[in-house]
Amino acid sequence: MSAPASASAPAAPLAVRRYRAEPAWVPWVFLAPFLLTFGVFLIWPLVQSVVLACQQTFGPKSTAWVGFANFSFLLHDPLFWKAVRNTALFAAGSVFLQLPVSLGLALLLNRPGLRGRTIFRLIFFAPSLVGLVFVGLLFSLIFAPRTGLVNTVLNDFFPAFDPEFPWLQVYVMPALILAALWLYAGFNMVYFLAALQGVPEELMEAAALDGAGAWHRFRHIVLPEILPVGTFVVLMSLLGSLQLFELPYILLNGPGADNRGLTIVMYLYDNGFVTGDLGYASAVGWVLALVMGSFAFAQRWFNKRQEES
Amino acid sequence: MSLTNAQRQKLLLFPVYVALTAAGIFTLIPFAWLVCAAFKTNADIFAFNFLPLGDGFLGVDWGRLTLLNFFRLFRELGIGVALTNSIFLAATSALLATFCCSLAGYALAKFRFAGRGLVMSLVLAALVVPGSLLLAPGYKLLYDLGLLNSFAGLILPGLTPAFGVFLFRQAMVNAVPATLIESARIDGAGEFRIYFTIVLPLVRPMIGAYLMITFLGTWNNFIGPQIVLQDPQSFPLSVAINQLRGLYGTDYGLIMSGTLVSIAPVLALFLLLQKEFIAGLTSGAVKG
Repeated sequence: MSAPASASAPAAPLAVRRYRAEPAWVPWVFLAPFLLTFGVFLIWPLVQSVVLACQQTFGPKSTAWVGFANFSFLLHDPLFWKAVRNTALFAAGSVFLQLPVSLGLALLLNRPGLRGRTIFRLIFFAPSLVGLVFVGLLFSLIFAPRTGLVNTVLNDFFPAFDPEFPWLQVYVMPALILAALWLYAGFNMVYFLAALQGVPEELMEAAALDGAGAWHRFRHIVLPEILPVGTFVVLMSLLGSLQLFELPYILLNGPGADNRGLTIVMYLYDNGFVTGDLGYASAVGWVLALVMGSFAFAQRWFNKRQEES
Repeated sequence: MSLTNAQRQKLLLFPVYVALTAAGIFTLIPFAWLVCAAFKTNADIFAFNFLPLGDGFLGVDWGRLTLLNFFRLFRELGIGVALTNSIFLAATSALLATFCCSLAGYALAKFRFAGRGLVMSLVLAALVVPGSLLLAPGYKLLYDLGLLNSFAGLILPGLTPAFGVFLFRQAMVNAVPATLIESARIDGAGEFRIYFTIVLPLVRPMIGAYLMITFLGTWNNFIGPQIVLQDPQSFPLSVAINQLRGLYGTDYGLIMSGTLVSIAPVLALFLLLQKEFIAGLTSGAVKG
């Protein structure tokens, strides 16, 4: 590129030939793609979404100013509250079922002297490579009446079991949580495993020699060590759960019977892209962003308090 | 009573193996069911849970397995086009995002300049903006720019994700020694040459990991192409297979073979790059 003129100038004595400072434009050229996409595809849509949230639109072309009507309609729409309830149920299922399973698998895999750790980790992690769409399709057939795996196996073991039992109409949320467990348990496990490998082994051995039981060692040595990663994983699965859309949308082929699989983002999608009201969808987006922001804030506050104590 | 320490250790590990194996089997069953269903006729999917039983090797009637579902997918339903679209979109997005993110990460990690702190806080701010908030205004923007129903409308917004910039910045702060860059400058190397020949080779594991992360993310993305693309000829697998379900909902063999075609390539890619991939995933969280 640009050959440095000063460095090769014969007049410069060797002793003072310091390293050439890079030209000031260099970092800005390197940052240009980021700054451009940041401005065009993040800042601009964010500004737009504030304006849109106060409008009613019919597709991207025609708009009408409605002020805060979107928000007041939203907060009075029973369907929105149903979506909130479903999403919260799913998030609770993720945190209270999925994460203990993930941590349990990580603790098992972290046992000293265990063979085949790599292959087990590979197996547990594999489902998280499968996209939500494909997991949705796969489990929609696994839970299908008559031919689905669940019903045929149950029918083989218990001939009295009705092979036509419609799981996806009766147990919507459990089916969703189970599919998500299959998908994400190994993914979160990888984080816990990485954190567990940071727990000093000498400390564990010393505690064991002092007669500390397994629970005490976990509570007083392991848990404090993995807590920062733990709260990070809790936050990630909370934020992910709050944005749940594709899994129920594909698994149930829509919001499901009696809207029991309707989530906040599915509500946003239906209003914005099926009905065509991008303004209302933006209002939903802002409410969701506020909720997510407060969770992220809570995690930071919790971590700070932990560090201080 | 007379057990040695090593024997005791082994005995204690036995229940661990049992638990891990049980969990492993549960994890693999959906995959096994998917693969078996993809190679069976619909009558056999109903008749047998996994492989069709018979007198063949291992008690399986191998002759009943069929490639019919795949023939129908590629010959009649043209799923090859969707496969090509998925490969093109995922590969292009992964290469461009890796290039642009590593450039920006390098600038933030190794250059001192006025405004660096500001750019860094922009990166961190961008990390916390939820994607679903951008759906509606992003759609309107693509409409205004005339990018709806084009691959550019999918690729450009993901050109430089803040997450990638952050990952590369973290990787480069420690992995790239400043003295190496300085001596290259003294030797007269241009800035881009330094970046390509010195900086990039030093963060190779991160490049592998990030290529994989973006490839996977684009391959599995459904809502993006579902909103942006309208022409069925441009659909990637995620949207195309879901359309297939709408049209041939009860044809399980067809849908399962389509799903298998959609996930087999990424599983294969993962097997090749798994070590870097997992290291890259956790690097942001554990040693950030």
